[in-house]
Amino acid sequence: MSPDRVQAPFGRRAVAVIDRTEYGPYVVLGVSDDTGPEPQAGQFYMLTAAERWGGGEGERPFLPRAFSVLRASNPAHPPPSHRELQFLLHDVGPGTRRLCELGPGEELLIVGPLGVPFAPPRDGRRLLLVGGGVGIAPLAILQDQHLAETVLLGFRDAEHAEAAALMTQARVATDDGSAGHGGLVTDLLEEELHLDAHREVYACGPPAMLEAVRQLCAQRDVPAQLALESGMACGFGACFGCVVHTRDGLIRLCVDGPVLDASRLESVVGVGASFEAGRLTRPPIRRAGMASGGQA
Amino acid sequence: MSVSFCGIELAHPIINASGTFDAIAARRAFGDGLISDFPFAAFVSKTVTLKPRQGNPPPRLWELPGGMMNSIGLPNKGLEGYLEHDLPELARLPVPLIVNVMGFSREEVGRLVAAFGERDEVAALELNVSCPNVETGMIMGADPRETAALLQHLRPLTAKPLIVKLTPNASDPAAVARAAADAGADAVSLINTLRGMALDPAGEPWLGGVTGGVSGPAVRAVALAQVHSVSSAVGIAVIGMGGVSTGADARGLMQAGADLVAVGTESFRDPRAGSRVAAELANLTPVPAAR
Repeated sequence: MSPDRVQAPFGRRAVAVIDRTEYGPYVVLGVSDDTGPEPQAGQFYMLTAAERWGGGEGERPFLPRAFSVLRASNPAHPPPSHRELQFLLHDVGPGTRRLCELGPGEELLIVGPLGVPFAPPRDGRRLLLVGGGVGIAPLAILQDQHLAETVLLGFRDAEHAEAAALMTQARVATDDGSAGHGGLVTDLLEEELHLDAHREVYACGPPAMLEAVRQLCAQRDVPAQLALESGMACGFGACFGCVVHTRDGLIRLCVDGPVLDASRLESVVGVGASFEAGRLTRPPIRRAGMASGGQA
Repeated sequence: MSVSFCGIELAHPIINASGTFDAIAARRAFGDGLISDFPFAAFVSKTVTLKPRQGNPPPRLWELPGGMMNSIGLPNKGLEGYLEHDLPELARLPVPLIVNVMGFSREEVGRLVAAFGERDEVAALELNVSCPNVETGMIMGADPRETAALLQHLRPLTAKPLIVKLTPNASDPAAVARAAADAGADAVSLINTLRGMALDPAGEPWLGGVTGGVSGPAVRAVALAQVHSVSSAVGIAVIGMGGVSTGADARGLMQAGADLVAVGTESFRDPRAGSRVAAELANLTPVPAAR
């Protein structure tokens, strides 16, 4: 059976930080990955700082943190050359805080690429990319690997919207109207789908945005692929901690996601508990599913 | 570093803790590299129950100083699904397979033990006794008499080694271990996770299962004390686990009386932790256990 994804080398490997660039409140960390394969858009890596991982707020972090790959360069020439992987970071907790501190010369331990990537569009549909905040990360590599003319990005304000420079020809919406369209990125999505519905939507962002995207696309029969987030301890199916509710029951987002076809989800509300920023993204507890038995 | 455990020859003394490594999912993520470089000397499966279980609702994880807490709820395909889908794949691993089982009554555990006992692919059985007996309302592994009654029921059902996974949430794990050994258990394994709880800022339980199991380096000292106490009390083999991240941690548990050591939470951080711990252990000067 041929694998449905690019598989990771077994184990965790040390990579050096070679670049650190700020875009508003975000940090793009570039690392030199000499031994890993080229990742597919939508795949992710587990990141740990090689030094001082622990001892932050609440004596954390302890577990690695999962990040979609933002961009991956191809080694232009055979050796000596390297593959640069980039990750988009936003300081929302002890793990991201430590990673944001890293600079050139320091080391990361990484596992990856992991997870199910974005699939090509169906029926010759044109790609329509919708991102929100730090969730724009997997869309940048998607734009690099596939032709994507329409990119819609939503941010809190103009400062956060500086990250729109990571993609080409992006239309921007901000909550406070300080840059681009004043309002939600889904306002722009509605406009675009009105112009041409023969699209396949690729989206990543906060759960409320993804739920709005899911509903808009479902109403118009437009296929959508959503890259979700959920706190995970391992990233390779070992811990069973990152499960999300789907129409088929609970699935592990790390090995059966992080990209899910929107049709598999009843709702994105309450999907994706993250211990990294627990105070911000805790979903409501759904006790209905707690009964023993039932199909997994 | 090869060792013999209950008649099973192992390449080294490091195995995985049940529920902390899914070899089938890991193969999807890592491909054949997982098989050629398999990190454990034996593979212990996640808990199998008679009926399929979906597990607890999320959130299932919380991070702690030096560790974590989980409330997974033993999701699995049930005996039938495991025999059909998982066992054939796990039988192809390059190491002996130990199947962990749990039931809600002695009869239920007995059916699982009998079913796996007749399979050549299975080298040994581990009993998860951190579960209430619905007939008596008692956690089977929290009380020596419950544990003895369970083992007396199971012992005639299989000749394969029976390992009792002790719960640290018992008032006297050594007494439970003695009862298990007297009733025919071949080995004990400890510690399972310690019951804990986390609150969100509003004071509500964070975990979907309300309470969870604490693991990682934070519990290493508890593991050391309980392995020492249990191995002093019984003559059967002991598998020690709890917060092992390095070869030195593994050696510590062996000095306290463990014959094998299991790596659990550290595999989440480092998928090859089992191999690394085994290599580090092999490079340390062996010190005979004082038991």
